[in-house]
Amino acid sequence: MSKKFWEELPQGSVVLEAGSSAKFKTGGWRSMRPKWIEENCIQCMFCWMYCPDMSVKVKIEKDNKGEDKAVRADFDFDYCKGCGICALECPGKKGKKAIVMEEEGK
Amino acid sequence: MGKIVAVTGNEACAEALRQINPDVCAAYPITPATDLMQRFSSFVNDGKVDTELVLVESEHSAMSACIGAAAAGGRVGTATSSQGLALMWEMLYIAAGTRLPIIMPLVNRALSAPLNIHGDHSDGMGARDTGWIQFYSENAQEAYDNTIQAFRIGEHLDIRLPVMVCMDGFIVSHSIERVEYIEDADVKNFVGKFEAVNPLLDLDNPKSYGPLILTDLYHEYKRAQHEVMTKVPKVVLDVAAEFEKMTGRSYGLFETYRLDDAEMAVVVMSSAAGTTKDIIDQYRDRGVKIGLLKPRMFRPFPYQEIAEALQHVKAIAVLDRADSFGGYGPLFSEITGAVMSMNSKPAMINKIFGLGGRDYLPEQAEHVIDELIEIAKTGKVETVKEYIGVRE
Repeated sequence: MSKKFWEELPQGSVVLEAGSSAKFKTGGWRSMRPKWIEENCIQCMFCWMYCPDMSVKVKIEKDNKGEDKAVRADFDFDYCKGCGICALECPGKKGKKAIVMEEEGK
Repeated sequence: MGKIVAVTGNEACAEALRQINPDVCAAYPITPATDLMQRFSSFVNDGKVDTELVLVESEHSAMSACIGAAAAGGRVGTATSSQGLALMWEMLYIAAGTRLPIIMPLVNRALSAPLNIHGDHSDGMGARDTGWIQFYSENAQEAYDNTIQAFRIGEHLDIRLPVMVCMDGFIVSHSIERVEYIEDADVKNFVGKFEAVNPLLDLDNPKSYGPLILTDLYHEYKRAQHEVMTKVPKVVLDVAAEFEKMTGRSYGLFETYRLDDAEMAVVVMSSAAGTTKDIIDQYRDRGVKIGLLKPRMFRPFPYQEIAEALQHVKAIAVLDRADSFGGYGPLFSEITGAVMSMNSKPAMINKIFGLGGRDYLPEQAEHVIDELIEIAKTGKVETVKEYIGVRE
């Protein structure tokens, strides 16, 4: 996409491909990185709800009755911009946060 | 042949919009364009058109709604003036950059401060660099004819750009003149069926308008926008030729009047050209070789063609109904740009006239021509830029 000559561009910068924004990886904007501490996670899914992007991944697991259940997986660092909302909203377990922010590249 | 009527410039443009019957018009009232859209809103109310008229809360919203409707795939028009155009500012660039053929009569009016509702070209000249095609009309007939042709030009598949059709506020918009209307069926046939390009409402092919384009492609998009402007003159002339076949009325990129054998030329746009032609006739009767060039298409500006038309004259006076403070008048700058490619360099003067609707009187044209005669004789220019018709 970024190698196109001006003669090849679609008229008026219209994006003719649906869903192409997934190709634009914005994780590189991040300076703070959320760290998920699984033992403190109560699976409340607040982080998934509050994430302004779609950077909290969810996986399907069977519960003890054998039924499908959505549970928290790790972050999608291709798109997480490190805003920290998930860490702020995280209730944690017994006063211990399940998400903490760490400086990127530390 | 259509009927001959006595109408104002606004009435004639509203009639053109009725005949074209756009899918969507979004407009906000502003003097002196209010009357144009008010007349058009009567057509909507009376069921004379199928247009969805969106009554918005500002001109910024008017142009935004027009952009949305045009991106959705509709034929779109609106009208404005002065502060209204100024409030549309950021959306004008978006309409052009997104290549949306929105057609907009611009009833030229001065910009505040001080507040003034009368005609000058400050508004249109301020929108010079927005990427819109601009036509300037001398009278109601030209405003009507240019509006109809604008739809064909802007919507042309090689172009797809928005077009402003300018006429002088009050002087043309509110003065009753003789206008020849074209038959409804002929206008309909002339503008043809609207062809949507990449419409958002084509739900089988989802797409996005208005993406973020940064350093890797923005420069290329602007290069492409420059390219499309170079294709406009040919389309304008092709459409004009077809229009002449239908109406007998001839249009070019500019009009010349008694210029072929002239030694001196006055360059002026819009209604002031009419007054100037009368005075040129008087000087011609006395044997003075003076002619006129009236640009019709200001954007893109036909530098080469105008240079060819002016290359034999010794002295040129360019009359601007707008000032670029700290610079020469905007039309003067364009004509000097055209002169650059000429073999012989004529002497040039720039007169700023008629701001805020100040009357352009025959005496002012005489004053300019007298000065041109002197300059042609001596080759000397004392002051390049000067206000005329000003109390001092």
